[in-house]
Amino acid sequence: MKKAQEQNKPKKYGMVIDLDKCTGCGACMVACMAENNVPFKKDESNKKDSITWMRVYKLTNDEKYPDADICYLPRPCQHCEGQHGHSPCVSVCPATATDYSEETGIVSQIYTRCFGCRYCMAACPYHARYFNWWDPVWPEGMEKMLNPDVSPRMRGIVEKCSFCFHRYQSAMDKAHYEGRRDIEEGEYQTACTQACPAGAITFGDLNNPAHKVHELKKHPDAFRLLERLGTNPKIYYMSNREWVRKAGDNHLMAEKPAKKQH
Amino acid sequence: MKIDRRSFLSLGIGVTAGTTLSPLPWKLTDDLSIWTQMWPWTPVPKDGEVSYVHSVCTLCPGGCGISVRKVADRAVKIEGMDGYPGNDGSACPLGLSGLQLLYGPTAIQSPLKRVGERGAGKWQKISWEAAIAEVAEKIGRLREDGKAHTLGCITDSDCGTVPELFKRFLTAFGSPNFMRTPSCADTYEMTLKLMHGTDASPGFDVENANFVLSFGSGIIEGWGTPGRMFRAHSAWKDKKVKVVQAEPRLSNTAAKAGQWLPISPGTEGILALGLAHVIIKENLYDKNFVDNYSFGFEDWKDSTGKVCKGFKSVVTDRYTPGYVSGITGIDSGDIEALAREFAGASSPLAICGRGQGSVPGSIHEFMAVHALNALMGNLNRAGGVSAVQRADYITWPEPEPDRVAQNSLKNERADGAGSARYPYTKSLLTRLPAAINSAEESPIQALFVANANPCYTLPDTEQVREAFAKIPLIVSFAAHMNETAEMADIILPDLGHLERYEDVPTPFGMNTPMVGLARPVVSPRKGARHVGDALLLLAKQMGGSIAKAFPWTGYEDCLKKTMGKSWTGLTENGFVAKADYKPAGWDAAFATPSKKFQFMSEACGHEGKTGLGAVAAEGDPKAYPLVLIPYDSMRLSGGAVANTPFLTKTVADTVLTGKEAWAEVNPKTGGKLGLAEGVHATLTTPKGSVRVRVHFSNGMMPGMIAMPRGLGHTAPDAYLAGKGINLNALVGPVADPTSGLDAAWGIRANLVIA
Repeated sequence: MKKAQEQNKPKKYGMVIDLDKCTGCGACMVACMAENNVPFKKDESNKKDSITWMRVYKLTNDEKYPDADICYLPRPCQHCEGQHGHSPCVSVCPATATDYSEETGIVSQIYTRCFGCRYCMAACPYHARYFNWWDPVWPEGMEKMLNPDVSPRMRGIVEKCSFCFHRYQSAMDKAHYEGRRDIEEGEYQTACTQACPAGAITFGDLNNPAHKVHELKKHPDAFRLLERLGTNPKIYYMSNREWVRKAGDNHLMAEKPAKKQH
Repeated sequence: MKIDRRSFLSLGIGVTAGTTLSPLPWKLTDDLSIWTQMWPWTPVPKDGEVSYVHSVCTLCPGGCGISVRKVADRAVKIEGMDGYPGNDGSACPLGLSGLQLLYGPTAIQSPLKRVGERGAGKWQKISWEAAIAEVAEKIGRLREDGKAHTLGCITDSDCGTVPELFKRFLTAFGSPNFMRTPSCADTYEMTLKLMHGTDASPGFDVENANFVLSFGSGIIEGWGTPGRMFRAHSAWKDKKVKVVQAEPRLSNTAAKAGQWLPISPGTEGILALGLAHVIIKENLYDKNFVDNYSFGFEDWKDSTGKVCKGFKSVVTDRYTPGYVSGITGIDSGDIEALAREFAGASSPLAICGRGQGSVPGSIHEFMAVHALNALMGNLNRAGGVSAVQRADYITWPEPEPDRVAQNSLKNERADGAGSARYPYTKSLLTRLPAAINSAEESPIQALFVANANPCYTLPDTEQVREAFAKIPLIVSFAAHMNETAEMADIILPDLGHLERYEDVPTPFGMNTPMVGLARPVVSPRKGARHVGDALLLLAKQMGGSIAKAFPWTGYEDCLKKTMGKSWTGLTENGFVAKADYKPAGWDAAFATPSKKFQFMSEACGHEGKTGLGAVAAEGDPKAYPLVLIPYDSMRLSGGAVANTPFLTKTVADTVLTGKEAWAEVNPKTGGKLGLAEGVHATLTTPKGSVRVRVHFSNGMMPGMIAMPRGLGHTAPDAYLAGKGINLNALVGPVADPTSGLDAAWGIRANLVIA
């Protein structure tokens, strides 16, 4: 009985990204685009309308030469849990096109329900959501590379990182087919995690002590983005550089960070 | 009925409540989503059985093992191949987006014959028979006219069956002009030739090194095998291995390094000698190695009895930390501390070759850096540099050239490699354009180009195009349209990298000899043929001793017979590696005249002085007060294969906006020039002038301008052509006095607000 309960314990998939290992090469972005049929246009240099579920930001420490430093920060959807699943985007979606899964902790995006109001984009503090302003166009012949596990989107809807949910589904299907109730850590990995040549991304069930992320997230160098907003995201970052950890939170120009009371 | 305020409000409330409770809004929402999405032109990818094909990526010389996921007969995703030597499961963004090349619109569908002006892009489709017959007829006439030696060939590699087939064709035909595209492998191989006496390629045991000193090598920017270097880099982080990066720009490698030394570019070799100075002065070197297994460390007498200065005297006399500091701009205290730290590590590894290593570089600089490894005895052992023997699996009988070919082979090469001036250099492709342009009749009358894009990748692109325009017959074996194929007279389209078989021997930097197998992932497109098959067809058409030199029925037959017993292992595992391989011990490793490691080589006497100076950048400092340095990025492909749409999508908007390229400068330098972030400016070098936008970066050494390689393509690709600037068009080659190889690291430049 107890064992069965253990197995049915809700999962909470998340990532720990080691920013000291991340080299900013962009392999995660490309692997994500290839896996998830992300469209591409002739000009993608306007980053405001360029759809990249995974985007690698370049951070600088603003010091002068030769004390300047660079750090890259990969930003997938943060799969915020908020308080009891009230992630910012889920709360505002009028079409129930995005939902927080209590079973996996994944924030879904159901393309066929979305009608493009873009409330979720306004609500997301991480700019993790993208709107299809145009129909995707693949040059003749190139639609052959489309992955059948992920449906191509169309204009007028919002899309974002799904933690490669289709990979979770197929891993679970395989497990069930083989008579297992659950999957091993290695059986479900996102495309970006798999692709990262530096091994900077660790993906797994944050609730499961057997998974690497369970320990890694407790590392003293671990932090999350904009933690004070209470979005309770499931992407943890790690860096031994203080300026990088500080860059994880942001303050408005006029807003002075409160001084510590002694 | 009178509508008063009360009934109006009630009605309103009633309508609102009714609408909310009715299914109407939900139905409308649903319809809305359906009607905004039912576009028949949105593709629905076909499902099917999933399978994986192991292959090797040949888009760059790195040679990573890849695993391609297929759904029925379609390839849908490329991933790194687990267990492949080196990259072991990882892959770079270019390799990961390789399907966009496979299915992309630039693939050439049939042999083409140029009909318009050269480079105008006007083509006529012809049959393979007609194309082969025409090439055979034209090069046959060269042989008849006693000009067989004017047939040239340019490819990206000189080992493996495909380059060997080309070499064989040229030998049987009667030409010595086989040329490999330049890279730092050229200079490293020459370094090993001069210092080890071996014809080998360098192997770096990056997995076991515990201190890494890089003289500008882009460890995480594509140097060596990218997947392997990335993995090693992360392992260093885990093992707390310190990396020191000497480079004028805060590259990603520099930013990730434990220490960044912003060094005046071109002076890296001098820094290496400065470090050697401290190591020798403080007796920190490996005495066993230096005393017993090296030559030229102490002064020695040559055969005529003349006393020659040894490495020790040269270095201790001149390269004091103070002197080196003055040239390199690195603090002398830092030089001393670094030397001690380097010498204090048990396996300190020093490497060079700037960025991805696409420019060969100065031979003195490479020898100075390699001498650091030698001083620490870190050669042919764990964590060090070893000389890896070249692939030995190709054991074809020597071709038998006929009399015409034998006579013709006696001619000197058109590029000057192997001549009395440059006896140790195998290929000098960067010298070829000038040789053609300065001659009345081009010394190359017919040219084969395969797996290379010299009209884009060679320095001083304008000069290269001018030279190519003077070659009467250019035959391109390109799979995809590129700048060089556009200059061709006949294109014999090769199979793409996921459509063909090919052996991929030990890539640059790997310290274990191996061979991988690239194999067809999908059935090849109809109009194209494997470059090996095209060459066999051509040989058959030529007849005589040329046809006799190629006894195989086709390329696949040739490959299978060449691999012999290894073929089964290759097809089953995707590679064959000598797992138990150990480099030769110090007593057997060196084949120099002294049978020892040579710190000094007679080959370096051309400058008429011992020691070396900094490599100067081309241009007059008065007219060009700044210096332009190219840099390499994993998000841009600067090599023969251009960016895919996915890869271009990852490029930052401070590198490329629309069609405009950005140039990085230090804010201080920019301020002095009256520039501001984002303004337009004119960048001028002795080679040309372009319009750029200015990006301020604190990671730039003042006085420098940096721009990436890999943009500015002109070949027809709607996703890339016309975007940014090809850096190779702005930088000219600077010949190393000893090797003749291109040692340019930048060029003098000016930046003026536009």
